[in-house]
Amino acid sequence: MSATNETVQDHGQHHHKDLAHHFDPLEQQHAANPLGMWAFLLTEVLFFGGLFAAYTIYRYKYSAMFEEASNHLDITLGATNTVILILSSLTMALAVRCSQTGNSLWTGRWLLITIAFGLMFLGVKYVEWKHDYHIHLMPGKDWSGKDYWHWQYAKKAKDMETEAHKKGSAEHALPDRKDVLADNDPSLGVRGIQESQQARLFFLLYFCMTSLHALHMLVGFVLIGIIAYFAYQGAYSPEYYSPVENIGLYWHFVDIVWIFLFPLLYLLGAHMGH
Amino acid sequence: MATTEHSTHQPAPLSLYLATFGMLMFLTIVTILAGFHNFGMWSTPIALGIAAVKAALVVVIFMHGYSSSSLTWVIILASMFFLTIMLGLMLSDYMSRGWAM
Repeated sequence: MSATNETVQDHGQHHHKDLAHHFDPLEQQHAANPLGMWAFLLTEVLFFGGLFAAYTIYRYKYSAMFEEASNHLDITLGATNTVILILSSLTMALAVRCSQTGNSLWTGRWLLITIAFGLMFLGVKYVEWKHDYHIHLMPGKDWSGKDYWHWQYAKKAKDMETEAHKKGSAEHALPDRKDVLADNDPSLGVRGIQESQQARLFFLLYFCMTSLHALHMLVGFVLIGIIAYFAYQGAYSPEYYSPVENIGLYWHFVDIVWIFLFPLLYLLGAHMGH
Repeated sequence: MATTEHSTHQPAPLSLYLATFGMLMFLTIVTILAGFHNFGMWSTPIALGIAAVKAALVVVIFMHGYSSSSLTWVIILASMFFLTIMLGLMLSDYMSRGWAM
């Protein structure tokens, strides 16, 4: 608008170079872009909402076992990831702010820093999932035909960990698979099997919710990377920064999902204190 | 909500973003401490209440809710409305039909 070289001749009318045909003034374009992104995020709220609904129902039905199962998750790692993700939200907000002020270089930099924090988050998640897998929290079919001993294994692993902490050593061995199978499987009884099933349901929801969240982060990395590239190319200006704004909305949404997942999954059984 | 046409052009002050980040960190600590404390039936409402405040901070400041158009707010509130319907009606069904469980 300010300079004549920013307007192009188009259908005999003068357009701002960043203004698309179907918008009237630039202001309308500014308002319409986040509106569309929010409409997409609405569908995302309901997409995650299905899993939250499943969680709510089973949490209501099996509240005692859900609290006990939650106690097997690592609160320190969960809290670390909460801090990392909120930090990445801050750097994303700063990227959007830099695009508004026309600082292309720092828009790109903040976007790459956001990806770096996101990768850190997934790194912590990898360590956590690996440990969860080793202590048999991952729900799945056991080919021995004795599906219900996994929960016994997880409980024994937790006991051994607590024991090791009392002795002041950070290192702790995992229980022997054969011991757990021999000790517990025949004596589980109906109640033991029910507990195992309910705990397995909690971990099924835990893995589904955290991995759907992680999947959104992976999609985010690709999109942020593309927009960081265009930012370095100088494609954005204070008149046109909608792509940066929209990817920001997406990333903050991913942050909000985690803000709810953290207390619902990790802190549920914290008050039991073991 | 948008009061001036140029609201999207003016970036929020840096200090606002840093203060929001500080507040989110503070609330994270509060929610962890509350988690270790046994509030009985109030544990979940407290945890969800803190999470809702954190989410509101992200929506209003980081996601520029403070300068969004009224139409955008209709969509934001609609998402919460439909989520409430999904969770609320489903839960009311389960909670009122103990004999079928």
